Amino acid sequence: MNTIYILWLRQIKRYLRSKPRMIGSLVQPILFLLSLGYGFGSVFQRAGEGSYINFLAPGIIGMSIIFTSVFSGMEIIWDRQFGFLKETLVAPVSRFNIMIGRTIGGATVATIQGFLVFIISMIAGFHPYNIWAIIPVILVMFLVALLFTALGTMIASFLNDMQGFQLIVNFLIMPLFFLSGALFPLEGLPQALSFVARLDPLSYGIDAFRVLLIGLGHYGLITDLIVLSIVTLAFLSLGSYFFRRIQV
Amino acid sequence: MIEVSNLVKKFGDFTAVDNISFKVSAGEIFAFLGPNGAGKSTTIKMLTTLLQPTSGQILVNGHDPVHQPNIVRHSFGIVFQDPSLDDELTAWENMEFHGVLYGVPKKLRHQRAEQLMKLVELWDRKKSLVKEFSGGMKRRLEIARGLLHHPKIIFLDEPTLGLDPQTRNYMWTYLKELNKAEGTTIFFTTHYMEEAERIAQRIAIIDHGKIIASGTAAELIAQTKTNSLEDAFLNLTGRSIREEAAAPVDRMRMMRRGFTKR
Repeated sequence: MNTIYILWLRQIKRYLRSKPRMIGSLVQPILFLLSLGYGFGSVFQRAGEGSYINFLAPGIIGMSIIFTSVFSGMEIIWDRQFGFLKETLVAPVSRFNIMIGRTIGGATVATIQGFLVFIISMIAGFHPYNIWAIIPVILVMFLVALLFTALGTMIASFLNDMQGFQLIVNFLIMPLFFLSGALFPLEGLPQALSFVARLDPLSYGIDAFRVLLIGLGHYGLITDLIVLSIVTLAFLSLGSYFFRRIQV
Repeated sequence: MIEVSNLVKKFGDFTAVDNISFKVSAGEIFAFLGPNGAGKSTTIKMLTTLLQPTSGQILVNGHDPVHQPNIVRHSFGIVFQDPSLDDELTAWENMEFHGVLYGVPKKLRHQRAEQLMKLVELWDRKKSLVKEFSGGMKRRLEIARGLLHHPKIIFLDEPTLGLDPQTRNYMWTYLKELNKAEGTTIFFTTHYMEEAERIAQRIAIIDHGKIIASGTAAELIAQTKTNSLEDAFLNLTGRSIREEAAAPVDRMRMMRRGFTKR
């Protein structure tokens, strides 16, 4: 328990100490929120779908979470390059606990980031229909963050250095984000796109945010939570399996 | 304390460690010497559960690092050849992290951390981030950290590289005291032959993955009919420079990791 805590604490301390990183990773969501939110606002309104900012904000929260958490998971690659990974790997702590501590730490960081984006989107004009919904939303944020941190860990176990990083961003995170229904409603999509969105775990996370924040869902909250939980468990097991096999 | 028999490690076609066998008794100070790329670090990685051997048996403190890694990990401390500190944490936090991972009780952990950090003269910098440290300071902190949990065996992979004679002397005095007081087994590698001669009770020399000689410094000197361990070492391993030998191993390692992840 102590070991999981200290690994968690390390992730949090590293996050709080790198202010540029914190600010840097907020710029992208803000940019999306403002440019798309206001850019498409009137078209969306005319199509009879209501306020686009309201629709978009949960999607942008999901975006900040997926980026932050996959990157947190992938921090293992840095640790490998700077040698710190060895220190944790020779310690008499099961690899499973190491992986869990790091993952919970990374997920906490991503949740904080998601919460910050929530605050910013409120300033930008987002009106959740019930402000107290933020409490269950934070829990769902954490679940989504856990899922994608575990995914990041899994990927990092395969990679030796940061060279594959760009590849992961372009071939994994970007598609997961763009195909998730973060930016557009999942109703009335072409079949192919609707099918792909169904396979994307982020779709369910953002759907759950929308249900809770603006009372608008596609799959339904129960389905969302079941899918998210199952995928999170699967990724955690896979992540710890691959993490256990790391040799330095 | 350490028993190695017929240990082999291959990276693809390259044999980094070629059928070596040796024993280190409890409480012994043992030096493992060899030119660059001879297989020293690879051997240490196998002893410390970081690498899986291709074949052969290892026992560390009576347990097999391959099948009982966690039991083995409890019994040793290690100072790596290259840095393994968290740069974004302070010196004190690095010590804390280590102490918690090794399950050292809080009071004892703080007491020892203070004592060790004073020993390596970093106590007044305990709140500084490690990234602000010089190479030598990082080295000293790593040594202090490796000793924090009072392991039964301590592995030191070129621990004194980049340290000034004062710190080196200080460090070895402390290690020798620890060895006497707690019977800690010390397994170290170094390129400073006079250090090995002065400190090690027994020495093994490895070259091209094979152990080519072992014994006390005096025995090795007598065996080669030379005047010092340095000459004996050169006599045994030849005078050609081995920098090149290290590169292919690293490359093999990288290719192996890249393609045949296991």
